[in-house]
Amino acid sequence: MRPDFSRNETLVALVILGFCTLATVADPSFLSLATLTDLLRGGIVLGIFAVAALLVLISGGLDVSFTAVAAFTMYTTALMLNSWAPGVPWYAAFAVGMCVGGLLGLINGIFIAGFGLPTLIVTLGTLSVFRGFMLTFIGQKQITTLPSGMREFGRAMMVRGTNADGSFYSLPWAFAALVLAVVVTWAILHRTMLGRAIFAIGGSLESARRIGVNVRGTQYFVYIYVGVLAGLAGVIHASLARVANPFDLVGLELSVIAAVVLGGARLAGGYGTLTGTLLGVALIVLVRNSLVVIGIPSTWQSVAIGILILIGTGLPAWQARRAAARAA
Amino acid sequence: MIAIEGVTKAYAGITALADVGFSIAAGEAVCLAGENGSGKSTLIKILAGVEQPNAGTIRFSGEPAGTLNPRRSAAAGIMVIFQDFSLFPNLSVAENIGFSAELATERRLVNRGRVRKLAAEMLKRLGVEIDLDVLVETLPVAHKQLVAICRALACDARLIIMDEPTTALTEREVRILLGIIRRLKADGVAVLFVSHKLAEVLEVCEKVVVLRNGRKVAEGPATEFDAASLTHHMTGRDVAEEPPPPVDPAAPVLMQVRSLAKAGSFDAVSFDLRAGEVLGISGLLGSGRTALAKALFGLAAPDQGSVTVASKAVALGDPLAAAACGIAYVPEDRLTEGLFLTQSILRNVGIGRLEAHCRGGMLDLAGLWGEATDWLRKLTVKTASVEAPVRSLSGGNQQRVVLARWLATAPRVLVLNGPSVGVDVGSKSDIHGIIRDLSQTGLGVIVISDDLPELLATCHRILVMKAGRITDEIAGADITAEDLAHRLAS
Repeated sequence: MRPDFSRNETLVALVILGFCTLATVADPSFLSLATLTDLLRGGIVLGIFAVAALLVLISGGLDVSFTAVAAFTMYTTALMLNSWAPGVPWYAAFAVGMCVGGLLGLINGIFIAGFGLPTLIVTLGTLSVFRGFMLTFIGQKQITTLPSGMREFGRAMMVRGTNADGSFYSLPWAFAALVLAVVVTWAILHRTMLGRAIFAIGGSLESARRIGVNVRGTQYFVYIYVGVLAGLAGVIHASLARVANPFDLVGLELSVIAAVVLGGARLAGGYGTLTGTLLGVALIVLVRNSLVVIGIPSTWQSVAIGILILIGTGLPAWQARRAAARAA
Repeated sequence: MIAIEGVTKAYAGITALADVGFSIAAGEAVCLAGENGSGKSTLIKILAGVEQPNAGTIRFSGEPAGTLNPRRSAAAGIMVIFQDFSLFPNLSVAENIGFSAELATERRLVNRGRVRKLAAEMLKRLGVEIDLDVLVETLPVAHKQLVAICRALACDARLIIMDEPTTALTEREVRILLGIIRRLKADGVAVLFVSHKLAEVLEVCEKVVVLRNGRKVAEGPATEFDAASLTHHMTGRDVAEEPPPPVDPAAPVLMQVRSLAKAGSFDAVSFDLRAGEVLGISGLLGSGRTALAKALFGLAAPDQGSVTVASKAVALGDPLAAAACGIAYVPEDRLTEGLFLTQSILRNVGIGRLEAHCRGGMLDLAGLWGEATDWLRKLTVKTASVEAPVRSLSGGNQQRVVLARWLATAPRVLVLNGPSVGVDVGSKSDIHGIIRDLSQTGLGVIVISDDLPELLATCHRILVMKAGRITDEIAGADITAEDLAHRLAS
């Protein structure tokens, strides 16, 4: 099959391949299991965020509050469990986190689906409110002793071993959470009427309303689901970092949205794939982790990511325009 | 199959529909004609269950339907195909067709095989072939309409209401649509056409109902109506369209176009336009007429050829240069290409004259608004306030706003692409009157249109385009609409 160069997925995959080739030439040890597991580990939290952001983009919205939801959830979950039930197993910690996240998502949903307010404005507001509320009323001090369930989960490894050159590699079980999030989201998007309704309202809100799609219900689902995923990402982030730092995570939202857009989702809604999203995340993690390997100083990271976004989203748009001009 | 009796609807004291009643039998096609504001849209909304009437009853197969809501209307088999088709551009053809039917089954899971099978059946029922897997956004307008019809059929439609079905279609596509309507009728599906451009669908209709100001003013078998009598009933006056008075033979040549060509669009286009002359350019969709119009105004760069206005060469492919030489262009799709819909009427007119009213970097607002108001008055734009957004105007008045903007720049050549697309009959003849008056002031006008009566009513000469070339030149007074249609299609 001929690769379709008008798709973002192809482009991003090519850039990833090119990047890896360059890195291997510059440092042959780049091509190793350790690099791969680093990459996968670095992509867990970002990946779950990206799946959440993709869902909102497809539904025609733009959510920037999910990092604040994650930080809020991570911090309050750790605090609550420490004071009331420090010994509960990891899945209880996850359940608490996903509930807290879902509740915060519901708040977004009430404003967006209930009052019909613009998504970006609502989530810009709640981003600030969630974060401010946590720092003012709940606390600003890092929690360095996590509940035992989260601590153990952070240490549980799916794969671990030693390379021939003596370096260690390992992949935590948290990676399975990303896989699960992707699979569940894929199934919802492509195998349920709810998922098709999400595509439909992203494609044309008015048309969806006219043919009887439950637009409000669908929007409530989207924002609650995003809250749940963000809560999950928050708890995982704390478990892996072995500390719940309330100042973490917020600030990542634009990189996440960038990764999703790089993968081909359209800001106008209705379009986007999980494959593209994961490729976008992989590219951004690669740039963050390994730019140094090919001899670019790490201070150039954001410049490199910015250029990638410009090229990665600009090129298909430019091609589409040329195709349209030819057709006219 | 469905009977409407004494339906009355008022919004905030203004009567939109008063005591309207008629019936539609299974397999029958009915034309509901009326100008904008005649109550057509209100009636559609009532049948679709979106609005409830203040009085009157609707019967399905003799049984009173009670209070309708969108679900009950759909369950009774009433499907509305809106002018914009209400499709999902980001979904495949199959999914667009199957969506409503799947929704109605209240299943939670999607079965792609079932959806594809349903879609394929519906397309087969219409006898058309459209790839099930392409995204709807890539389809041409005519195919989108077919997809919308299939979607209605997939929901077991018994009455399909089509809102302005022919506005976006070319003559040939209208023919195909009519064939499909015949098939539907043979299947026992009833069709209600709602339009202000009905002459074209008249031949497949059994019955015509005309609304004016919310009242039914005429009803009868379609054979008793023709374009002229429909117009008479819709407007309440006789709109006689006379060919324009002849051009002064001594009038100078204003614009010269010589062997203009653009690969894939048009080739070897040459013509002269004299001052005070109205020149029509017609052709089927894809004949290159719109590409030529855009090239004349510099929106697309031709590969070769020349355009001169008043013996001065116009730089090609540059709209600003074309405007500076006195060429004005009113696009076909004024909603997306010609107007700032959310901005005020006044601003929409003034935008073209910002530079002329600039004094040392500052705008002379009083002068700008004064001039704009002046033109709005000359073109009799009907509005409560010039501060209202352009969106709030009717099609005919929007077109006048676009015209006012260009006329304020005192152009020498006015290129009008589809001047009355989406404009109701009354406004249309007003716009034709405006074109006539403008040409008599010495302006050269080029009218690009596939509305043949319109060309005959406004143009001195008509150029026929086929496959990018001018194949025929006809004096407007020498030909009838039927002959012209024949020459276009042959």
